[in-house]
Amino acid sequence: MIFSEKYELIRKLAREFAEKEIPSEMQDQIDQTGEFPEELLEKIRKNGLFGIKVPKELDGQGADTLAYVIVIEEIARVSMVTSIYVSGANSLGSGPLLLAGTQEQLEKYLAPVARGEKYPCFALTEPGAGSDAGAVATTAVRDGDYYVLNGRKTFITAAPISDFAIVFAKTDVTKGSRGISTFIVDMDLPGISFGKNEDKMGIIGCPTSDIIFEDVRVHKDNLLGEENKGFTNAMKTLDYGRLGVAAQSVGVGQACLDEAIKYAKERKQFGRRLADFQAISFMIADMATELQAARELLYNGAVMKDKGDRKASMYCSMAKYYASEMCNRVAYKALQIHGGYGYIKDYRIERLYRDARINSIFEGTSQIQQMIIANNLLK
Amino acid sequence: MKIIVCAKQVPDTTEVKIDPVKGTLIREGVPSILNPDDANALEAALAIKDEKPGTTVNVISMGPPQAEYMLKECIAMGADHAYLLSSRAFGGADTCATSTTIAEGIKKIGDYDLIFAGRQAIDGDTAQVGPQVAQRLEIPFVTYVRKIRELKDKSIVVERQLEDGYEVIEVPLPCLLTAVKELNEPRYMNIGRILDAYEGNYITVWNENDVCLDPSECGLQASPTQVMRSFTPEPKGKGEMLSGTVTEMATALVNKLREKHVI
Amino acid sequence: MAVTVKAEKCKGCNLCVKECPFEAITLENKIAVIGPNCTNCGVCVDVCPFDAIEKTATSMSNVDISLYRGVWVFAEQRRGELMNVSIELLGEGKKLAEQIGCELSAILCGDKVDNLVDELFEYGADKVYYANSPELATYTSDGYTKVIYQAILKYKPEIVLMGATHIGRDLGPSIAVKCGTGLTADCTKLDIDPEDKKLMQTRPAFGGNLMATIVCPGHRPQMSTVRPGVMEKAERQPGRRGELINLKVKFKEDEIRQNVLEVVKSVGEIVSLTDADIIVAGGRGVGGPEGFEVLKKLADKLGGTIASSRACVDAGWIDHSYQVGQTGTTVKPKLYIACGISGAIQHLAGMQNSGYIVAINKNESAPIFEVADYGIVGDLFKVIPAIMEALD
Repeated sequence: MIFSEKYELIRKLAREFAEKEIPSEMQDQIDQTGEFPEELLEKIRKNGLFGIKVPKELDGQGADTLAYVIVIEEIARVSMVTSIYVSGANSLGSGPLLLAGTQEQLEKYLAPVARGEKYPCFALTEPGAGSDAGAVATTAVRDGDYYVLNGRKTFITAAPISDFAIVFAKTDVTKGSRGISTFIVDMDLPGISFGKNEDKMGIIGCPTSDIIFEDVRVHKDNLLGEENKGFTNAMKTLDYGRLGVAAQSVGVGQACLDEAIKYAKERKQFGRRLADFQAISFMIADMATELQAARELLYNGAVMKDKGDRKASMYCSMAKYYASEMCNRVAYKALQIHGGYGYIKDYRIERLYRDARINSIFEGTSQIQQMIIANNLLK
Repeated sequence: MKIIVCAKQVPDTTEVKIDPVKGTLIREGVPSILNPDDANALEAALAIKDEKPGTTVNVISMGPPQAEYMLKECIAMGADHAYLLSSRAFGGADTCATSTTIAEGIKKIGDYDLIFAGRQAIDGDTAQVGPQVAQRLEIPFVTYVRKIRELKDKSIVVERQLEDGYEVIEVPLPCLLTAVKELNEPRYMNIGRILDAYEGNYITVWNENDVCLDPSECGLQASPTQVMRSFTPEPKGKGEMLSGTVTEMATALVNKLREKHVI
Repeated sequence: MAVTVKAEKCKGCNLCVKECPFEAITLENKIAVIGPNCTNCGVCVDVCPFDAIEKTATSMSNVDISLYRGVWVFAEQRRGELMNVSIELLGEGKKLAEQIGCELSAILCGDKVDNLVDELFEYGADKVYYANSPELATYTSDGYTKVIYQAILKYKPEIVLMGATHIGRDLGPSIAVKCGTGLTADCTKLDIDPEDKKLMQTRPAFGGNLMATIVCPGHRPQMSTVRPGVMEKAERQPGRRGELINLKVKFKEDEIRQNVLEVVKSVGEIVSLTDADIIVAGGRGVGGPEGFEVLKKLADKLGGTIASSRACVDAGWIDHSYQVGQTGTTVKPKLYIACGISGAIQHLAGMQNSGYIVAINKNESAPIFEVADYGIVGDLFKVIPAIMEALD
């Protein structure tokens, strides 16, 4: 895709930021300890990267979805886990607020996210409602000026460190997805607790846990959008999340390709560079081509979303589906090119391979994306 | 305060490679960037702006029309306005002629309290334009500034880097300071400011008439030094195993490294 | 000297566009056009297969260059001690003066540094211009510029050389503007054109990727700053004497606007690996932590820093922060001296883009020699001391 110059500058900014602020020692340290450095979060905040799409009036950067995916791609190219923090605030965390928030809610919750003062999380998935998001079992029962929430959300990215959650709960249990409402829930309310931090395979450094709600009283002012209209809100937000994952896939895929090329040029076997073997060079050609195809799908989806195209959701799903599967294939090949060295932690490809794996799972598995695409075509 | 920053767009010379066969420069794909020391100069100015509200930071550059891209970057970092001196008449300028043009540009911008420039540009590595601009403006200057100790009403106290230490120097305002990379850590662009830079009118382009220079006073015609010839340094060639006694090998090594000016 | 395109000969082949280091050439209507980025480096003249690009002389000076005579060297002193580069310049200046057939002079500024006058004579100066004043005790841009500028006006040297030190590169531009002449920065080679006796100044440009020979045909003096450590030092001839010319120095109050409050001398600050110009790295062959002491001595002497391969870090001989390679730091110094490093691919990945690589290893089939510019097969504990000796 041919960009106007401003997007190239945005890319330059994101690349410089990622390469300089997340050096390889820090990446290793995050992966080894699971601790994400507070000073890095501070730098992300200071540079306004938590509010890329938030309007300037609300202290954000006022940029569009294309700018957002470019930033995520460039950060993921250096550190996938860091890109999750950035995309979390920009897509799932702020998306529902941008879509349905009242002026008061925007000022109270969205502007602080853009300024980096508050961090959000997105609580939709439940033990019994993963891919089938309509099966939410968490309930919200009206009691005077309050809603009383009960239930359990699971696999919630960044839950333990967030200041508020966007929670989806049933306000009408007699209905399926049309009985779901959205709430902004401050995490310091009584009755909220967290499950244990999951011990994940990759993207280590971003805590993921359950959130448990026991008679949590949420004021009615914190109902986001209309009652029982939460599901549409969730689905629209997921488009941004999916573009975010597609961007992460492209970023990680690019990193895998970079590593593969570097190694193939360095490593000699049988008196020749690996790059001089056609089997290897063709693998690299395939990787680069697939990567580029995914990238075009991603940018196209972002532009569609900004245009408000009717089929934008389908294009977002296509981008997410193709890019995440591509990312896994490219990571596999890149590791293969590394041979035995690729299997040990001294080489960056080992982590990239683990990080790549989640992309075809979270924010809707590949199979869910296939369903969405098919439904769009066959309805 | 009114601050002016001198900046230059340069090819990223660290990305330049030599064609091993032809021995020529491979210029293709080498990005043009804001000269690194100039980014430190801009950061110094912006840091003062952060401290003292009401400060304006204007950037001035001489270069081809494409240098606007680099100036957009300066705006995106937080500069208020940028001026680009661009004309065929400025072509082929050495540092002497460049400093005349930039000094006239600065006079046209008007009033200033401080001028920052980078120590040197990575494409020419001369480190001459900064002090020469100051000399033409008849203001004092300090080169190799590695720290700003105190900004007073009428003067500034800075540390000037030396090979074997540093000096603490106080100079009256207005003055020109050239920045080394130790001075600070340049900030990143801001996404919102990038959008501003492309939406608003932040860059003014001037030619020789705008800064009241006769073509004979700028560019090649006003340059005392001229390039007689350019050539790529001899390629490294294949590695060489030294032979002889230990002393012979050591001496040979030292001589070779000295010949190549490596030590 | 301007680069121009002869339109009738240009075939629009695009070669010059691709080769121009400064992106100054574009094709317009299939004819090359030289743009404002042009530095007149002449690369295009050489690559053009059709002789369609030429360099023509331009002269615009009305300076009577015949009035200027003699080679001057700025004798830079700090705390009453002559800088090495000044002695190197006296050595080089002598050669230039001989080729021109003129005198070599030194210009010295300071406060009661009379002893240096004799030293300058002994290093080959025929004349010493001496500005002696309390205001000149430490270097200031304004003070030194004024004194030297006035001396140049009065005595009219044809060549003025300075060390490309932090002082020389401050002073040079300042004087050059006052004299209305050119200045070539950081030269690594100086020659005299045998035909017209003008100074040919060669310097690296473009990050060292290009060398340029620069002349200053119509203005005087011809000024250069010269990179320290490049020229050969003058030999000292004890008892040699010359002519001393004392310069009048008078400053008005506040004429020197740089007020030096303090001069701080620092000793050996730690350089980070990525910033180091010279790295002396050790591998398993150094034998233990004490082995790095030897490397350190060489590094100190060269003004560099030490580094290590992974083997030594794993063995606990040295801290991880020194490690170069795949799991350590990637470095690109001007000079990388690998001592007792076999050259595993993981190590090579971190240093193979260094400017020059020297390998010292007992094992002649060690892979490190494949990437080395200079290889020495031998015991590093014998080779390094020999190198230290050769450096003296």
